[in-house]
Amino acid sequence: MTRRPGRALLVPAILLLLATLDWSYVGTEQFVNALTIGAVYALIALGYTMVYGIIELINFAHGDVFMVGSFVTYWLLSSLGFNGTISDLPLLVVVLVGTFLAAMVVMGGIGVVIERFAYRPLRNAPRLAPLITAIGVSFILQNIIQIFFGPSPISAPQVIDVQARVNLGGVDVSVVKLFVIAVAFILMIALQTFVSRTRMGRAMRSTAIDRDAAQLMGVDINTTIAVTFFIGSALAGAAGVVQVLYLGTTNFQLGFQAGLKAFTSAVLGGIGNITGAALGGFLIGFIEVNSTVAGFSRWSEAIVFGILVLVLVFRPTGLLGQQLGERA
Amino acid sequence: MSARRLQGGSAPLRLLPGALRRGIERFAGRHQSLAVLVGVALVGAFLPVIVGVPPFSGFGNRNDFVDGFANAGVFVLLALGLNVVVGLAGLLDLGYAAFFAIGSYAYAYSASPFSHLDVPFWPMLLVGAMVAATFGILLGAPTLRLRGDYLAIVTLGFGEIVPVVFLNSDTYTNGTNGISAVYQPSAYGLFGIGSFGFGNPWPYYVTVLAIVAVAMMLLYRLQDSRLGRAWVAIREDEVAAASMGVNTVTTKLLAFAIGASTAGLAGVFNASKLSLVSPDQFGFTVSFTILAMVVLGGMGNIWGVAIGAFTLYEVQSVFLKQLTNFVHDIHLPAVDLGFLRLDISAIDFVQYQFLLYGLALVSMMLLRPEGLFPSRERKRELHESAEEAAESNEEVVQA
Repeated sequence: MTRRPGRALLVPAILLLLATLDWSYVGTEQFVNALTIGAVYALIALGYTMVYGIIELINFAHGDVFMVGSFVTYWLLSSLGFNGTISDLPLLVVVLVGTFLAAMVVMGGIGVVIERFAYRPLRNAPRLAPLITAIGVSFILQNIIQIFFGPSPISAPQVIDVQARVNLGGVDVSVVKLFVIAVAFILMIALQTFVSRTRMGRAMRSTAIDRDAAQLMGVDINTTIAVTFFIGSALAGAAGVVQVLYLGTTNFQLGFQAGLKAFTSAVLGGIGNITGAALGGFLIGFIEVNSTVAGFSRWSEAIVFGILVLVLVFRPTGLLGQQLGERA
Repeated sequence: MSARRLQGGSAPLRLLPGALRRGIERFAGRHQSLAVLVGVALVGAFLPVIVGVPPFSGFGNRNDFVDGFANAGVFVLLALGLNVVVGLAGLLDLGYAAFFAIGSYAYAYSASPFSHLDVPFWPMLLVGAMVAATFGILLGAPTLRLRGDYLAIVTLGFGEIVPVVFLNSDTYTNGTNGISAVYQPSAYGLFGIGSFGFGNPWPYYVTVLAIVAVAMMLLYRLQDSRLGRAWVAIREDEVAAASMGVNTVTTKLLAFAIGASTAGLAGVFNASKLSLVSPDQFGFTVSFTILAMVVLGGMGNIWGVAIGAFTLYEVQSVFLKQLTNFVHDIHLPAVDLGFLRLDISAIDFVQYQFLLYGLALVSMMLLRPEGLFPSRERKRELHESAEEAAESNEEVVQA
């Protein structure tokens, strides 16, 4: 978790740079797709990076928290009787705000519960122990969802009209995608402000640097770590809502792939670094869309993991994460 | 040295009366390899007998059980191999099934109508092991310098990529359909137990018992060797081990290669037994199952891991199936919670085996991290670190 907020400007700067490149071979549509997919990965990657930053645990269950978030969204929308597009604008705004809030609070709460029961008792155990419980939690979440919703993919109601488009400076852009990108940016800016400006944010940063010293200075470690899990999981919950809005489908195995790609994003950007996670998410989005356009869609996963290995071998601190150098 | 180790290593023996146990332990301490051989032979002879006795005899005929035991043997081998990586060297490998896949495809490509090749099974056991070990080194060399949890994620990625590569390399692997009609081994009339085939599981059973026995003997000797002690040293404190002159990269690489070769061996055997190899047999769930077996049996304990693997395999293939049938037959009324309808008698428990594994992993790590059958040393280490942590917390509180 970096202190320098100036770095936050890097993400829009790099994205702007990418936008000025010649995208004619893939088209504007694919550029927007890459941004949208990247936004989802970035939101999930933030949770990985925050948890890793503070307790140095790869939270394998995080991808599944995202998956559960998408199911919570689906359950919420369908049990409230929304089966398709909502054309009434005020109602749409209320539904969207309500869904995001509900999914984020529920998933944040689940994240705190997971931390309390699966990770906190093992905080001083050998490093292998919490990694193994994390994998266990991941499978428990998947199976609980499978019990409730069944094993087959579910098509969820897309409340924003996917056909709707808006003209943005001569470019025709889908409203849903624009909305997704905007939500991701708002949440990231809010997170960055929270971590760099508030008292709790300072507690999180000091705990990440030296837990014992922070404790001696009066930081309540347990609360701080719980808050970190709450925020990370809430962001994954938001990504779950985005998944439903954008793709309108979900299944109980969604978390595994998405989690791996988001983790790659976090490592690519520099694990423990919030700006880096956002940057990494967008970069992975671009890489994935480009490999699909170039006709390697069957290999896109292999390409992403290849990148992960290369980054870990040649620059384990990632693109931005310098302060974690000796730990990696 | 080895007497002490075996005392800790043979936890199931604690069920026996004291004098008998001490006698067995003394014998096992002096003749370790012989003890392993006798142990495996006894278990191997006992299993086909016990399944003829009620209530087991009601669950199926003896040949089906023996067939299942042979499959369980494959997982025992896999768990033994993963135990070297996770239990002894303390490296979390989450893509272990990849090496299983490599061994399987190595044999399937060398001995099937698809490739018009017919390499005999027995040498291929070794070749498959070596091919898998080579890939273990190729993967390990760049990544083993990384810290443990990064290694976990890289191996997870590797475990995902390997089936994708096999899926997409149609020319060599026949893509989604996989390679079928893989040749079964020829016994050359040696064992007097008939030829290898679908109708006759006995040759496979005997073969896998022999492989498991040899693997366990080798692993016990490795564990007591200089290399085995180096693995344990790295697991406990890598910096300390390095400063005492242990070459950490080579040592970890050897753990990776030996673990991979065991999986390769298991892969060759499994490909010949199933006579079919396809990419969907090697997903993350396989790696996860093997990890659960190792954790449940007790990381670092060879007998414990073997028993853990066998138990978990039988739970998933026999117990859950019987439980499903049993619950189905007693016709419990469905529970209706309004938003959710839970029809218990229609639940297919086999489908939820991974929920069981997940719960097992979490509760084992929280309550009994040394496993069901722990090695004495590992147990002491794990509890020591917890006590130390508790002490240091108290100090902080007092300060």
